[in-house]
Amino acid sequence: MIRFISLRLFRAALTVLAVMTFAFVVLRMSGDPAQVLLGPDVPQNVIDDFRADWGLDKPLWRQYLAYLGAILTGDFGLSMRGGAPALDLVLERVPATLILTIPALFLKLSIGIPAGIYAALHRDSTIDRGVIVLAILGFTVPSFVMGLVLVLIFSIQLGLLPSGGFGTWLHAILPALTISVGGIGLLARFSRSAMIEVMGQPFIRTASAKGVKWRDVVWGHALPNAAVPIVTIVGFMVGSLIAGAVVVETIFSWPGIGRLLIVSVSNRDLAVVQCILLLIAAVMVCSNLIVDLLYGWLDPRLRAQPAH
Amino acid sequence: MGNLVEIRNLSVSFDGVPVLHSVDLQVAQGEALGLVGESGCGKSVTWLAALGLLPSKATITGSVTLGQTELVNAPRPALENVRGGRIAMIFQDPSSALNPVIQVGRQMTEALKLHRGLRGNAARTEALRLMDLVGIPDAKGRFNLYPHEFSGGQCQRIMIAMALAGEPDLLIADEPTTALDATIQAQILDLLARLREEMRMGLVFISHDLGAVAQVCERVSVMYAGRIVEQGPVAQLFDRPRHPYTRGLFDAIPRLDGPRTLLAPIPGTVPDPYNLPMGCAFSPRCSHAQDFCHKERPELLRQRDGRALACAYPLPEAGAHKTTMEKVTS
Repeated sequence: MIRFISLRLFRAALTVLAVMTFAFVVLRMSGDPAQVLLGPDVPQNVIDDFRADWGLDKPLWRQYLAYLGAILTGDFGLSMRGGAPALDLVLERVPATLILTIPALFLKLSIGIPAGIYAALHRDSTIDRGVIVLAILGFTVPSFVMGLVLVLIFSIQLGLLPSGGFGTWLHAILPALTISVGGIGLLARFSRSAMIEVMGQPFIRTASAKGVKWRDVVWGHALPNAAVPIVTIVGFMVGSLIAGAVVVETIFSWPGIGRLLIVSVSNRDLAVVQCILLLIAAVMVCSNLIVDLLYGWLDPRLRAQPAH
Repeated sequence: MGNLVEIRNLSVSFDGVPVLHSVDLQVAQGEALGLVGESGCGKSVTWLAALGLLPSKATITGSVTLGQTELVNAPRPALENVRGGRIAMIFQDPSSALNPVIQVGRQMTEALKLHRGLRGNAARTEALRLMDLVGIPDAKGRFNLYPHEFSGGQCQRIMIAMALAGEPDLLIADEPTTALDATIQAQILDLLARLREEMRMGLVFISHDLGAVAQVCERVSVMYAGRIVEQGPVAQLFDRPRHPYTRGLFDAIPRLDGPRTLLAPIPGTVPDPYNLPMGCAFSPRCSHAQDFCHKERPELLRQRDGRALACAYPLPEAGAHKTTMEKVTS
């Protein structure tokens, strides 16, 4: 088990390093921060000074080694706009994003999974067909369209909720709903197909033949078997808690990580973008690690094999 | 002895396509009944229908009574009490019939809790006793293992132990040895025969293996295309089968004694339930069929020798022809 976990941790660290490296190289090759931040009419010597101050005049590999060294000591660099520590700028935006994504995750789980299971248990009924249509609609309509439709209905037509901004909890409802719709659809669809497959397995008939009550057949015998595919999707959703709201935060002018990312990318604010990408990668990798460990717990056949 | 289960006029159709046609069948208290026929002839469907285990698209008519209780279309709680408690069922392919994510011990104690109200240590002790009874070595050490950690034969033993947990009056064994290799098959058959005797339990043995049926059963019903075509005591049917289909099943078995002879398979295949032939369903494959057989369907009628038979031109009664054994070996 220790071997299994340390192997996974090593792989996780490699993944994060790959993301960091990729972000570092692509950001530096896709535009000059000095040009973007200082504007086009600035004299060349000012630009040169700026580049020297931020170390941008050094060869790429030296910049990269310096960056890695700094990260290892916990230094995530400074923002090129205002000079504040990048990590502080990023961390102060995290709560705003989580205010949207955690309730959205809760909605996805509490609506998507039960809807999928219900549909599977009432296969080919009207409700089942309804769930399928809504699920497909949910995850095929892009979030910027869904967001605008919700604004149209709840803000403009009904006047019930604000169409954007950050303040009261009312402001969070529409963006959180927008984020959750796609996930609800996806989870409903996956839960339904996982459950249909499991309900057709011989061991379900055995449980019924044994006299197990229908409810216990579903909850005690079928659901634990359907959990693996569902947990995979949920793991992905947990991994997107930080990064999953980029588009929606922009539509609803929500001051979260997503908006900071958009602004920082367009400003070529290197340290901030790198810090956000590192955070996103770390959360995604951790969530995948937990999912891997959960697989073994859920299905004994997937437990770590003894080392050969 | 009174009948434990009486099936009367039982018909099943899937999406409007009939697969079981007015089957009548009785199982007496403590009796061992064999149900034989090719795949798809309705052997399993009969008992899955009786226990309400068919998918909801199945339409079931007729009657199955267990004592005073009617089972066909009975409410779910009534069926749940019967299943596992009075009638238990074990299936083909034991490895996939046990829940892969639940320890076998827990799967056993679940049945003990449901039907005998045993919990905790009492349930564990009884489960271990049953595992010993069906011959699982080191039951104590393996109580918390998962099904994939047992062999196919052991999984079937665990299935049997689980079925015994409710001390049922009747055990339906649906091709319990088909997925197992030959030596394990023999062990499971011995086990079933021994347990039936020890527990004075009725047994319905569903199989296409006539040898296995002969070993375990007293009476046998032969099914073809959703109907019973011949029924009687094992010795009588095996000695002198009268329905050409029953005879065909015997002729298709290789023999270990006597000179080598070519096997005689039954020509053709089981008819499609969507498109059953007119008259007797077996007539297109039957070498004895006459014009009548292609037009009219013979009823299952009791014969002078005690068996029931649904054939207009059956093979002759005792004395008028060679026995199966003589014919096959000559």
